[in-house]
Amino acid sequence: MSGGNGHGPLVQLSAKDFKTDQEVRWCPGCGDYAILAAMQSFMPELGVPRERTVFVSGIGCAARFPYYMQTYGMHSIHGRAPAIATGLATSRPDLSVWVVTGDGDALSIGGNHLIHALRRNVNLKILLFNNQIYGLTKGQYSPTSEVGKVTKSTPMGSLDYPFNPVSLAIGAEATFVARSIDTDRKHLTEVLRRAATHRGTAFVEIYQNCNIFNDGAFDVVKEQKENQIRLEHGQPIRFGAEGERGVRQRADGSCELVDVAEAGALLVHDEHQVHSSLAFALSRLAHTPEGPTPIGIFRDVERPVYDELMAEQLEAASESRGKGDLGELLHAGDTWTIA
Amino acid sequence: MNPKTVEQLDQVTIRFAGDSGDGMQLTGARFTSETAQLGNDLSTLPDFPAEIRAPAGSLPGVSGFQIHFADHDILTPGDQPNVLVAMNPAALRTNLRDLPLGGTLIVNRDAFTDRNLEKAGYTSNPLEDGSVAEYQVHAVPLTSMTLEALKEIDVSKREAERAKNMFALGLMSWLYTRPLEGTVASIERKFAKRPEIVQANVTALRAGYAFGETTEGFATQYEVRPAPLPPGTYRNITGNQAIALGLVAASVQSGLAVYLGAYPITPASEILETLAGYKHFGVRTFQAEDEIAAAGAALGASFGGALGITTSSGPGIVLKQEVIGLAVTLELPLVILDIQRAGPSTGMPTKPEQADLLNVLFGRNSESPVPVVAASTPGGCFDAAIEACRIALKYRTPVFCLSDAYLANGSEPWLIPDPATLPDISTAFAEQADHEGAFMPYLRDVQTLARPWAIPGTPGLEHRIGGLEKADGTGNVSYDPDNHDYMVRVRAQKVAGIAADIPELEVDHDEGADLLVLGWGGTYGPIASAVRRVRKTGGKVAQAHLTHLNPFPANTGGVLRSYDRVLVPEMNLGQLLKLVRAEFLVDAVGYNRVRGMPFSSAELGEAIEGLL
Ligand code: SF4
Repeated sequence: MSGGNGHGPLVQLSAKDFKTDQEVRWCPGCGDYAILAAMQSFMPELGVPRERTVFVSGIGCAARFPYYMQTYGMHSIHGRAPAIATGLATSRPDLSVWVVTGDGDALSIGGNHLIHALRRNVNLKILLFNNQIYGLTKGQYSPTSEVGKVTKSTPMGSLDYPFNPVSLAIGAEATFVARSIDTDRKHLTEVLRRAATHRGTAFVEIYQNCNIFNDGAFDVVKEQKENQIRLEHGQPIRFGAEGERGVRQRADGSCELVDVAEAGALLVHDEHQVHSSLAFALSRLAHTPEGPTPIGIFRDVERPVYDELMAEQLEAASESRGKGDLGELLHAGDTWTIA
Repeated sequence: MNPKTVEQLDQVTIRFAGDSGDGMQLTGARFTSETAQLGNDLSTLPDFPAEIRAPAGSLPGVSGFQIHFADHDILTPGDQPNVLVAMNPAALRTNLRDLPLGGTLIVNRDAFTDRNLEKAGYTSNPLEDGSVAEYQVHAVPLTSMTLEALKEIDVSKREAERAKNMFALGLMSWLYTRPLEGTVASIERKFAKRPEIVQANVTALRAGYAFGETTEGFATQYEVRPAPLPPGTYRNITGNQAIALGLVAASVQSGLAVYLGAYPITPASEILETLAGYKHFGVRTFQAEDEIAAAGAALGASFGGALGITTSSGPGIVLKQEVIGLAVTLELPLVILDIQRAGPSTGMPTKPEQADLLNVLFGRNSESPVPVVAASTPGGCFDAAIEACRIALKYRTPVFCLSDAYLANGSEPWLIPDPATLPDISTAFAEQADHEGAFMPYLRDVQTLARPWAIPGTPGLEHRIGGLEKADGTGNVSYDPDNHDYMVRVRAQKVAGIAADIPELEVDHDEGADLLVLGWGGTYGPIASAVRRVRKTGGKVAQAHLTHLNPFPANTGGVLRSYDRVLVPEMNLGQLLKLVRAEFLVDAVGYNRVRGMPFSSAELGEAIEGLL
């Protein structure tokens, strides 16, 4: 991949070039460490110069991420990162802009910004670290916590029905939607690679363990690999220890889990299907990660990119009307002169 | 037919009022344009309902447009009309109380049907029951005469009827000797694709003019001579148009592209719409999902090196305050335009008020100083917008620029400035390390206390900023007590220091005056005209008007203390009053009305006289 920056020959960077001098302050054992390490080692491969890379975050444990990346960065306010990043990305299409967010930040206080960023298809890479809990505020339930979750703010169990972030993103017209796991370096890196090269908004949900307030929330999927339904483009969807289970599409379009031995044709995954129904149906296989759960790229389609369209309109306007002349603009319309 | 006499007037105020569907705004705008072409000084104020189309003929559906024009310089759209043009009973009912006894009343007699009278709440016809006996009434069958004039033209009856506003405009143009050419040309432009509509409107316009000439009902034609305005090229401009032009000018003068984040809101939407048409100036407009995102996107663009701007009115400003607080601590430029309207909450969306001042100053968490600039006149919105951008860029700070619904929609002739005379507001981005080979994002300029602005794409200056408190210099996250105390103070000091970089408060002193009238923002016209009125009768009064409300001009305290009494008229319950009393320990008094209407110079004149 090329990544010339116009300021001289590209120096091959390594993971340590993306580390800052700031002490990383997450709890020992937090899943965020693994994601940070994966990102730092993946960045050099991307070939985008550090000065052209920007991480924008909101508030929450995950939101500290930019402080640890030796790139440009902004740790902003709760939920607003997609909006701020949209302004940056649409005014500076030359930049690679990443949003790091959490389940509370993206889906609760910032839900509106998230869905609109997704539908616009601004050139943003949105990484949602989902730990199904509010970590920074010390353990209240989040919009992805399971119903009945007992936390400090829900002593008798939470009443809220959770969001499935992947379903939400697909419903919000996202053009790239994926899910990965904090500690699965190989899988995570591959998903990040694909997200980085996607034109438009890429949304990646990362299962992230909060070992302090919600330890083991994803263990059913993380530790029991037979529960990982790995989506691979063009392949029949199979999972289980021996690949003995699979996914079949019902006549009504929804998906079901079947035993391969008994099933007829399995569903063949197609990331590029224009209609989002298939990706959505796959996302419904597991509303929360309590059993077999799809992992990988649900959807990767092309749609015009907002910032490119915006730049094109500016160019078209300059071409048809000539580059703006201030004197002319001030004199537009009815004028009269007094001698 | 008797020959008509021509009478000279020094000034006239006309109000056009009709149903929302009667085209009163267009009629008023065309009359304004004709008047401007004649070289009169003028000031206009539209008054339209918030509802897009209230039921036809109803009281809430009345739309008005007032124009005050004169052979001398004037400051307001006029307290009361001399002439009221009422296109239907509802318009008569809602506006008649403003017409002084003896004033001229021109009504569309055809619209005074039983049904319309009932919708307006009249139990008998006011044209016949003596209610308008004390006015000079001209009951003209505008609709039927328009239909008659257009009977040869191939348009529907409905379309023909709609041309009655042009008939009325033609009549008024004759009455006040205004030329029609500009209106004809504008109709031709507007309906270029529908020649029959052009013909209908132009015919109605000319028929109205001819009616004035021939009817015996109007014996006198009036002339208002051109005003001796300073030489130069003029255009008529509203406050919102002036802001849009000012922002483009600020972009040109700074060399930075405008990035406007906005969410539609009355009365600010027009700025978004206008700027969206200036893409050939590299202007990016982003209609966001909400007010918060609008401000956030503008701040994100600022981080990337654009001139980040967000526009709104009070209900949107309260939502943006969170992002503005972030901009305070990030120390990035951001210009926030607040086109104030009556509140609280949704309030009266189309009506002006000045009650956001304390909110923009103090409506954020913690110590969060933001400079504030306020426009005084529609044309002055141009300069206020540039000044807000200048301060934002130079001091790397969010800046509020205040206007209001009165300035936004009111218009006046504007002497078009020569771009060469506009201030250079360019600023430099950081390009290299500033401290022992490293880049310190919070190492301040010793003079302005502004921090360096290093934009993404600059190699070697990669840095992280955020909403957490930062260590002085390095910008790293810091919880150090003394550092926080220092940073809070230095942010305050930076904003306070701007006082040395803005013009002093000018006083229009009157020899012997011991009363000062201090105003700010959109009340300038009414206050100045009230001061003139008082002086004409021998009253001694001084006037000063603030365009910078944070910080105040350096001499403000001195000016206030040099008068025995200070009167502060505001369209709020005393917000500037509170500030000057607290800041300067002067025993100022307020004159406060919150009626969603500009002050009249008569009421302010009385308030001033009461203190003499
Ligand atoms: S609270 Fe949880 S999410 Fe936050 S840093 Fe600690 S372990 Fe990580």
